[in-house]
Amino acid sequence: MSTIQPVAGQDEQHPDVALVERVRGGDVSAYDTLVRKYERQLFRIAQHITQNREDAEDVMQDAFLKAYEKLDQFQGNSKFYTWLVRIAVNESLMRLRKRRTGKMVSIDDDIVTEEGSVPRDFADWAPNPEQNYNQAELAEILKKTVQGLPEGFRVVFVLRDVDQLSTEETAEALGLSVPAVKSRLLRARLQLRDRLTRYFKKKTPAVSMRGNGPTGNGADA
Amino acid sequence: MKCTEFLAILDDVIDQSIAPETRAEIEVHLKKCGHCEVVLNSTRKTIEIYRCHEIYELPTDVSERLHSAIMERCKKGK
Repeated sequence: MSTIQPVAGQDEQHPDVALVERVRGGDVSAYDTLVRKYERQLFRIAQHITQNREDAEDVMQDAFLKAYEKLDQFQGNSKFYTWLVRIAVNESLMRLRKRRTGKMVSIDDDIVTEEGSVPRDFADWAPNPEQNYNQAELAEILKKTVQGLPEGFRVVFVLRDVDQLSTEETAEALGLSVPAVKSRLLRARLQLRDRLTRYFKKKTPAVSMRGNGPTGNGADA
Repeated sequence: MKCTEFLAILDDVIDQSIAPETRAEIEVHLKKCGHCEVVLNSTRKTIEIYRCHEIYELPTDVSERLHSAIMERCKKGK
């Protein structure tokens, strides 16, 4: 099965390139524009990796400052955002390493077992299941569920499915191979789906539960 | 098509990067297999929910501190 994923923007200039040129020419406000454009995404990525608000704030700030200082090294072969994400991911991993008292941390720490590569729960979901929860409850469910994934899966899911980077851009930003990104993405998606099924599956109608005992069916959490 | 074969291309189905000749095979399989249909629909929904609900909003004070730090650094020159 061939996957056709066009590499975007090879022929036409991405709007960020003009902003980067302006920054190189000394226009500080152009860098502020870039920061405003990507601060939310970078904060999200840093939060997902470090799982700590203060660390995420520091990582985001350090990443933007480092990108500014290294701007001359940005070649324009990749998108500015992909380059920026790579810096933020490295900063996040360094922060984790500090917290884990010097233990090496890598996004490439692979998970040796094939655990989570097949779905286990086949219960159908309720239509628009998220509407059964208020905003705070839903946020808690989504946070708890994604936090349960290994770091290397979580960050691939966030870059591919939330940020909507291509497989190639995700691989470049994380320093992973394309097959590694694909394998992690599938497992991340399936594991999240399985875990969310506990909350989002169709409820058994009350009438059919009469006489079935206290658990009804499907109580497998 | 078997369930394992469907699962192997699940991401391509979701990302709509499936060769046209495989699409018909997938449709036949999904009509017969309720489990794979559930997995496909709920995986799509999983992605949609995470895409539509920001769980780590950037707080205004964090953003303000970021911009002050950046501007201070930029004024010093490269």
